[in-house]
Amino acid sequence: MRKIVTILFPALLAFGVSPAVAQEKTLTVYTYESFTSEWGPGPQVEKAFEAECGCDLKFVGVADGVALLNRVKLEGAGTKADIVLGLDTNLTAEAKASGLFAPSGVDTSAVHVPGGWIDDTFVPFDYGYFAVIYDSEKLPDPPKSLHELVDGDSAQKIVIQDPRTATPGLGLLLWVRSVYGDEAPAAWAKLRKRVLTVTPGWSEAYGLFTKGEAPMVLSYTTSPAYHIIAEGTQKYKAAPFSEGHYLQVEVAGMTTVGAANPLAKQFLAFMTGPKFQDVIPETNWMFPAGKTDKPLNAAFDTLVKPEKTLIYNSEEVEKNRKAWVDEWLSAMSE
Amino acid sequence: MADRRVLAGIAALACLGLLIGGAFLGLVLEGAGDWSGALAASDAYLLRVSLFTLWQAALSTLLSVAPAMLVARALSRHPSFLGRALILRLFALPLALPAIVAALGLLELFGRAGYLAGVLGWLAGGDWPGIYGLSGILVAHVFFNLPLATRLFLEALDTVSADQWRLASQLGMRAAPSFRFIEWPVLRASLPGVAGLVFMLCITSFTLVLMLGGGPRATTLEVAIYQSLRFDFDPARAVMLTVLQIGLTVAAVYALSRLGANMTGDANLSVASPRPPAAGPGETAFNAILLGAALLFVAGPLAATVASGLQADLARLASEATVRKATATSLVLALAASVLAVALAWSLVAARRALAASRRSGSLLERAMDTGAGFVLVVPPIVIGAGWFMLVRRYADVFAIAPAMVVTVNAAMAMPFAVRAIRPAYDAAADRHDRLCAALGITGWTRLTLIDWPVLKRALATAGAFAMALSLGDLGVVALFGSDSVQTLPYLLLARMGSYRTADAAGVALLLGLLCLALMMVADRFGRGTVR
Amino acid sequence: MNETLSGIALEDVRFRYPDMEMHFDIAIPPNAITAVMGPSGSGKSTLLDFIAGFRAPESGRVLIGGADVTGLPPDRRPVSMVFQENNLFAHLDVAKNVGLGRSPSLKLSAADHEAVADALRRTGLTGKERRLPRELSGGERQRVAIARVLVRNRPVLLMDEPFAALGPALREDMMELIATLQAERELTVVLVTHHPEDARRVASHIAFVENGTVAASGPAADFFAPDGPEAFRRYVGEAVSAGDLPRFARKPT
Repeated sequence: MRKIVTILFPALLAFGVSPAVAQEKTLTVYTYESFTSEWGPGPQVEKAFEAECGCDLKFVGVADGVALLNRVKLEGAGTKADIVLGLDTNLTAEAKASGLFAPSGVDTSAVHVPGGWIDDTFVPFDYGYFAVIYDSEKLPDPPKSLHELVDGDSAQKIVIQDPRTATPGLGLLLWVRSVYGDEAPAAWAKLRKRVLTVTPGWSEAYGLFTKGEAPMVLSYTTSPAYHIIAEGTQKYKAAPFSEGHYLQVEVAGMTTVGAANPLAKQFLAFMTGPKFQDVIPETNWMFPAGKTDKPLNAAFDTLVKPEKTLIYNSEEVEKNRKAWVDEWLSAMSE
Repeated sequence: MADRRVLAGIAALACLGLLIGGAFLGLVLEGAGDWSGALAASDAYLLRVSLFTLWQAALSTLLSVAPAMLVARALSRHPSFLGRALILRLFALPLALPAIVAALGLLELFGRAGYLAGVLGWLAGGDWPGIYGLSGILVAHVFFNLPLATRLFLEALDTVSADQWRLASQLGMRAAPSFRFIEWPVLRASLPGVAGLVFMLCITSFTLVLMLGGGPRATTLEVAIYQSLRFDFDPARAVMLTVLQIGLTVAAVYALSRLGANMTGDANLSVASPRPPAAGPGETAFNAILLGAALLFVAGPLAATVASGLQADLARLASEATVRKATATSLVLALAASVLAVALAWSLVAARRALAASRRSGSLLERAMDTGAGFVLVVPPIVIGAGWFMLVRRYADVFAIAPAMVVTVNAAMAMPFAVRAIRPAYDAAADRHDRLCAALGITGWTRLTLIDWPVLKRALATAGAFAMALSLGDLGVVALFGSDSVQTLPYLLLARMGSYRTADAAGVALLLGLLCLALMMVADRFGRGTVR
Repeated sequence: MNETLSGIALEDVRFRYPDMEMHFDIAIPPNAITAVMGPSGSGKSTLLDFIAGFRAPESGRVLIGGADVTGLPPDRRPVSMVFQENNLFAHLDVAKNVGLGRSPSLKLSAADHEAVADALRRTGLTGKERRLPRELSGGERQRVAIARVLVRNRPVLLMDEPFAALGPALREDMMELIATLQAERELTVVLVTHHPEDARRVASHIAFVENGTVAASGPAADFFAPDGPEAFRRYVGEAVSAGDLPRFARKPT
């Protein structure tokens, strides 16, 4: 017992002291881990915003979007977050229902995401499409539609993520659902034979793919841009699907706590502007949701442009997610 | 004196109880009022998941532990050959590897695009389908647990006294009889403990099961717990599933304990360093093949990890401040966790021994000190983390306690390994010394420094090194509490992987492995030069 | 050297093993060597454990020199004990092993060092102070244990088959040493042995233990007389006929 106390005690002490450090105006932004990593947008965004506001911008990194929302819900009205950045549209209904978010008051007319944007609480900062990425050296003839993927040669494997644990996994689930409707379970039963394995997160799946274990992986249409820009290779490509691609829009929102901090609104407005948006493409590897000053790297022009955008609204996802995941489970487990 | 040892053990148990109880309290307080999810948990899905969890864990345990006995025996029969020390150090490495690194390492060999795919495909008569499915899970679990079990068994075999070996050679015992009469009794005594430990590790497997399992058919309870806390955010269900997981494990480990027998041989003063009689040429050849195979199996994926690590821009990585800071953080946290784990384990082992020697032998408390405390392993870190998070946030800044939390949880998770490493040496030493110390009045600090420390130094060093390796490779706890303040190497590794920087991640994995190897060497040096 | 002579008494001491009940009621005379004999498994070692304090009786009292020591831990009793084996710490040298008899934390004064050197001289170990136990013969190791008994300077010495592993000549030497030390220091010695000749040579008293109880006790001369206790004569008869066999493989009782 004493051991625990001796360990916890200094930590508690440190806590008692730390709030006093905040000498200047501070804005606290909770976001997902990869946003704040040194490769992510975090450092550049922080520099740019601090230059503009003369304040201290503090990023707090939490594993991912889902953990982010859980974290805020846990902290409730006592949260330290002024801004929560990095939820996606599958989570916004649940987030709004928590009552912890305040209307943004930001003019979103400058915001551009496919299908337009109407929401008084959450403001998009980037978007991307889920896509099957394939190795063009191993798979010269990739599937041209979701149907071809489902019905195709089961010797050509794909690695996907688990919708119970990973955002892209849930994305594919919704994608299949939006294309097949109630026939989705039958489609999954067929696709199952093509699935090499189902990983808990995006990193594991992409790792298997780049190791050459499978010629296809579920990722984003923007993934090839990284390989072109950072590695100079064209061999990884996104497969355009004729039914369209499922959209992921990443948003930020202001908490009820943050509503009292004028910096919060200033940040949301800044977020839709070019200084923030310029950073996004080559750090977060997503499409900017607002105007940029610099043109996008040419590599982005070579990416797949979906013929059709698929997306469920947030309420629908929240209502059906559990049933659809259960459906997926039983179809995949036969 | 015995009482004081028991008290120390009870204090250690109380620490663990506090850690788990606090987490449950946090979850229950949060989940209070909504138990619908917990009740809905008892469905067909759960039954299937439970059965699969038990099945894969039982198979993995069997496949890890049975060969480990033979490998440990081979190592003990040949106490000095070139490379033996290296094998022992290598065998501690898998523990320090985050599951994702180990899985990718294994796939470099056994995967569809692995080095061995050609050979394996030829053997299988067609294209090699990879090891996805149950086989993949088993291969990965054996990779992690065979070396671990080997080292623990070896620790037990080292307690065989020189007199027994002399007797064996005098009686002209060859491999088979000496196994039956000398090694098997010792192995059997530690079998339930080691097998139980491996079983628990496999029960809680998560990343490996999903990544190599080939689909959601391969789902463990741990996945369900993770899901209930992450996606469904249903603390009540998480508690219920955790209780189920613990219950199943207790039942299984109880069954395992029937395999074992308590060793009550006379322990003699080891006057010469125990040296088994020289093995005959047939046995030597057999052992060489066995060790070679085990080494290949363990070192292969490690070598693959090193090979991909070498392709990274190591010079740049080493010069990055983030990498250096993460290395320092990892080392400090792992060191603290390992010291705490060893202290906990030592208290428990001593208390168990004191209880076993008393008339209450076989009591519930005695078992709680031993296997019981090990059940902390099957409480998922995410449950401990989330529970404490919920409890602590009412009173304190969660980020501020993150380092303490990471250290404490890692120490608790490493403690069962430390117990396994310390117990054989401690019990053997206690057999020799307890009466003598009682007669001479050597107690407390004096006994610790004068008698126990010199004799147990080696076992303690092994335990500490294991604990440190485990903590170094930990991701579960860190990922949950991890914030900018606690960036460890595995955390950095996953972050790099998550932003397409696979080569960097491989480099960090290499660094992690080298760090672990260095620690093993330090631990070896530290424990050397002692008399058993 | 001892201010008072320490006789030992076990008064109605009871203890239950799962398969056997122990019941001891015996007075052991001071300043004498008492040999405890009896068949294997009869309870000889348990009797010593009660006196030494390694085992607490369920009921009854243990008295040494008239004082009740029943509740005292082993090291607070006026007792030294020499076991058949494991008398030494393998990682400590001879001088340290002996020094532990003076201070269990090895904090030794000049006088203590002198006492250790003296004890080593008395036991013929001079010059071997720095040796580790594994560098000694079996007889030498037991001598180290006896040297420690000397520096501890307690009035009661318990020995549980201390020389069972030694050859006959060596055992004879050791017995002589014990007899000399006993006379010199007026020790109360309790010696568990299987060898009637040991008892005959050095013991003035004998306690015969059978089935967990003291079946007979008294002066050694009475036991070896033609009309000695029947059970003892039967046991000695067996022991003597088996006595020529090597004994080191025998399990200690």
